[in-house]
Amino acid sequence: MANQADLILLLLIMVDLFMLATTRIAAAVRASAVQGLLLALLPLALSAHGSTSHLAHAGLISGGTLALKAILIPWLLMRALHKVAIYREVEPFVSQHISLLLGAVVVGVAFWSSAHLPALPGNAPALLVPVSLATVLIGFLIIVTRKKMITQVVGYLVMENGIFVFGMSLAREMPVVVEFGILLDVLVGVFVFGIVIYQISAAFDHMDADVLSELKD
Amino acid sequence: MTLLLLTLAPALGGLLALAFKDVRAHLGILLAVSSLHLATAWALWFVAAPPLGDLLALDLPGHLFLTITSVLFFGVALYAIPYVLHATHDPKAAPRIFVPCLLWFLAAMTLVTTSQHLAVMWAGVEATTLASAPLIYFYRRKAALEATWKYLVICSVGIALALLGTFFLGNAVAGVGEGAASLNLVDLLRLAPHMTRAWLKLAFIMALIGYGTKMGLAPMHTWLPDTHSQAPSPVSALLSGALLNCAFLGVLRFYQVVLAAGDAEFAKTLFLVFGFASIGIAAAFMVGQRDYKRLFAYSSVENMGVLAVGVGLGGAATFGAMLHAVNHSLCKGALFLLAGNVLRAYGTTTAADVRGVLRRLPFTGVLLTAGFLAIGGAPPFGPFMSEFVIFQSATQGSQLVLAVLFIVLLAIAFLGMANVLLPMLQGEAPADSPPSHEPILSLVTPLVLCIAVLILGVYIPQPLSDVLHQTAELFGGAHG
Amino acid sequence: MAATRRRTVIGHFVHVLVLVLFPPLLLGVIGKTKAWFAGRKGPPLLQPYLDVWKLLHKGAVYSRTTTWVFRVAPAISLGALWTAGLLLPLGAGPAPLAFNGDVIAFAYVLALSRFFTMAAALDTGSSFEGMGASREAAFAALAEPALFIALAIICIPAASVSFGGAFAALPWTDWGAAHPDILVAVLVIFLVLLAENSRIPVDDPTTHLELTMIHEVMVLDDGGPDLAFILYGSSVKMFLFAAIVTELVLPISSGGSWLGVLALCGGTLAVAVLVGMVESSMARLRLVRVPQLLVGAAVVAAVGLVALFFRGQS
Repeated sequence: MANQADLILLLLIMVDLFMLATTRIAAAVRASAVQGLLLALLPLALSAHGSTSHLAHAGLISGGTLALKAILIPWLLMRALHKVAIYREVEPFVSQHISLLLGAVVVGVAFWSSAHLPALPGNAPALLVPVSLATVLIGFLIIVTRKKMITQVVGYLVMENGIFVFGMSLAREMPVVVEFGILLDVLVGVFVFGIVIYQISAAFDHMDADVLSELKD
Repeated sequence: MTLLLLTLAPALGGLLALAFKDVRAHLGILLAVSSLHLATAWALWFVAAPPLGDLLALDLPGHLFLTITSVLFFGVALYAIPYVLHATHDPKAAPRIFVPCLLWFLAAMTLVTTSQHLAVMWAGVEATTLASAPLIYFYRRKAALEATWKYLVICSVGIALALLGTFFLGNAVAGVGEGAASLNLVDLLRLAPHMTRAWLKLAFIMALIGYGTKMGLAPMHTWLPDTHSQAPSPVSALLSGALLNCAFLGVLRFYQVVLAAGDAEFAKTLFLVFGFASIGIAAAFMVGQRDYKRLFAYSSVENMGVLAVGVGLGGAATFGAMLHAVNHSLCKGALFLLAGNVLRAYGTTTAADVRGVLRRLPFTGVLLTAGFLAIGGAPPFGPFMSEFVIFQSATQGSQLVLAVLFIVLLAIAFLGMANVLLPMLQGEAPADSPPSHEPILSLVTPLVLCIAVLILGVYIPQPLSDVLHQTAELFGGAHG
Repeated sequence: MAATRRRTVIGHFVHVLVLVLFPPLLLGVIGKTKAWFAGRKGPPLLQPYLDVWKLLHKGAVYSRTTTWVFRVAPAISLGALWTAGLLLPLGAGPAPLAFNGDVIAFAYVLALSRFFTMAAALDTGSSFEGMGASREAAFAALAEPALFIALAIICIPAASVSFGGAFAALPWTDWGAAHPDILVAVLVIFLVLLAENSRIPVDDPTTHLELTMIHEVMVLDDGGPDLAFILYGSSVKMFLFAAIVTELVLPISSGGSWLGVLALCGGTLAVAVLVGMVESSMARLRLVRVPQLLVGAAVVAAVGLVALFFRGQS
């Protein structure tokens, strides 16, 4: 039912805004796990009225997403977090207030531009495009405004989640192999991110990304 | 099946290498796999390979870029033998994952060039980022870690945007009709004229920005100078010579679809904007550059700009761009390998601390001079030909302003490079420097590459010319 | 005709009865919930009633620096709260003072009550109470947009600016699915409830440290019947917000029946338990984070509103 999908999408935006507003890194990682859960429910909600093959397809994607985005990736991030033992974001580049208001602006931009785009083919829920665009933009905002590297990885995950939501509109047409390939890529990406973070924490004293500014012209 | 093996063999080779502790075993596997890969890539010019469903197939542009990659990889593999053996003496180096990651890197690039399905291609480009990241912090310096992090974050964000663009394209196709949705290139080209315009245009923009980040187009190029300068020289050679081309192929696939839909003008304008921005920004940063590896990195940005300008101008300039892709890969590969020789002898990448290369490392010095002249666009080398073709096409198409801008910016870049390299080459070596030897294997590859670039400047073999013309036609170069 | 009029009169009577007698039970339930979470027995459920009774029989001491504002404020505050209660339907038929636009009147009558509390606090001339008044003003200014936007989410699809019309137009057949923005509205109004009634995470009602107080510090100087009015008034305010949340969640039609009233009372008790659970599981936010929470609530409400328009368009 498209309306249950709308509910999931609305919850998704709320989790996005929470991740933008929080300064506790562990809370942001757990919120990304919640996002993974919502993302896993989305294919089921979208294909509730489809044929059995569609439902099976959706079930596979749902299961894969649940395993990877809701369980495995947050677990990897929490492990990296415990290894470097940094739990709080110091004052980011922009204050929390401005972050939140920027987030609101970004959501507004996403909705506005969606209203001007041609409608998606098929009966995709109305909120799909604006929520996916908003999530991508909020993920980008998190990467750009935060100092801690793990938070930047979380921002990257949020971006990927937004793109995944958009990909849901093509769920029927995309072969399952491809969907899994994309999920796997994200998993390996996070794995590599984690390793690099560990290496960096071993080499540097602290984990602020703005300490990585030696190389410049 | 052959195509799948072409990707799987390096991947499995990498896994196999992990089982051995001895670096020499690694190098043996590297050499074996790379020669096998090169042989297969060459053979496929004479015997066609069957496509794998609608996921993998080898069309002309893909094969061209695959061959360039394979040739360069083989050359780098040869160079890597003395390089890695020397590096085992360095306690801070990490030779154990070097060869496996190199092989996985090759596998990923092969996947990009042999894929016909845009999502598979995307996965390949993402895989290249992940496989090459560990290669960059081979020497565990702080600066190298910084470069690795920037590389990972910026390129991952860019590639994520490219994925969004891929999905936009999927929606453009789905709008054609029920059951039409497919991300296979052949299907996309066939359905292109009926696609929803807005989604198609958005898809191209996203792909240009996303894959353009990986390609090194300004203003998304900020990761490139750091990465290509901090990575070990053979890796830099591959990154500049092979990876950037693969990213360019990613953009070109989307451009093919836009062309088939008849919306070329807006895409060409975007190419020109990003192209000139890249050349301009690179030229600005090359003047007064203090680090010679960063200099070469900015030169890569500049040359990617030249490629974009060539495609953006269309017509004969597209042929010039394809020729330039070949020339640049060969030349830049040679330059980075030679830079590796200089680095090993002098121990520093700061240009001001390097003097008298021609005396101390005569072969390297001569080749370096040749390479510098080549990449700067001096005749009789290859890049001069390709850049001249682009310039000529611009003047004939009555885009005189663009032509003049093109020449001026390239000249500035050449002067900037000369300013840094010539003092390095000339003069006396520092008195306290130990005598250095130049292992044969560290010279073979740059020698062959420079000779190839020289030949291409004078005479383009007919088969190659045909391939380049046909490829250019696919990308909008109607009057070759 | 006479039958409907009689039913309306009975309905009003029940409404006033519930409004006057029920609210302190909510405070008792919150206390019991918190005690249960902490493993204690806690004060009896009817303790707030006993407290109010005790205070009504005590005398009040007035400082020489205060004026008539201080003496009059608790009564006006309570009166405003009761008036707001008469605007809100409580399951026993339409509200006694319902009219078109009572949603807005509701918010501003609450503001009136808040204004007099703050005025009385400033009237004492004590720096602590002034600090409490300024904090109250700041947080209320941020909570109000959140409340209005959340109410807008309810009122706009109903095309009515009256509580009765808005609640009647809620789609009960397919609750969460047909109108997911209601969930956003419920969440935001619950957050506003926590803010306006000085509950954790905005304010700790059991704190002893004046520097950390917001609402409690404003009434430091009140005693006797004044304090009774204030304590009782706080329970009425809690009841009003809880009633709004309940009526958004449960299909309590304004048609009026004993079942509706009981459902409302049950629902508000459930909200009270929820408040108790929230208070037991969280700590109070740092004071600088409270504005962020409220702005966040307003942003979330705005997103819900935008989503509502967007879904309506396409």
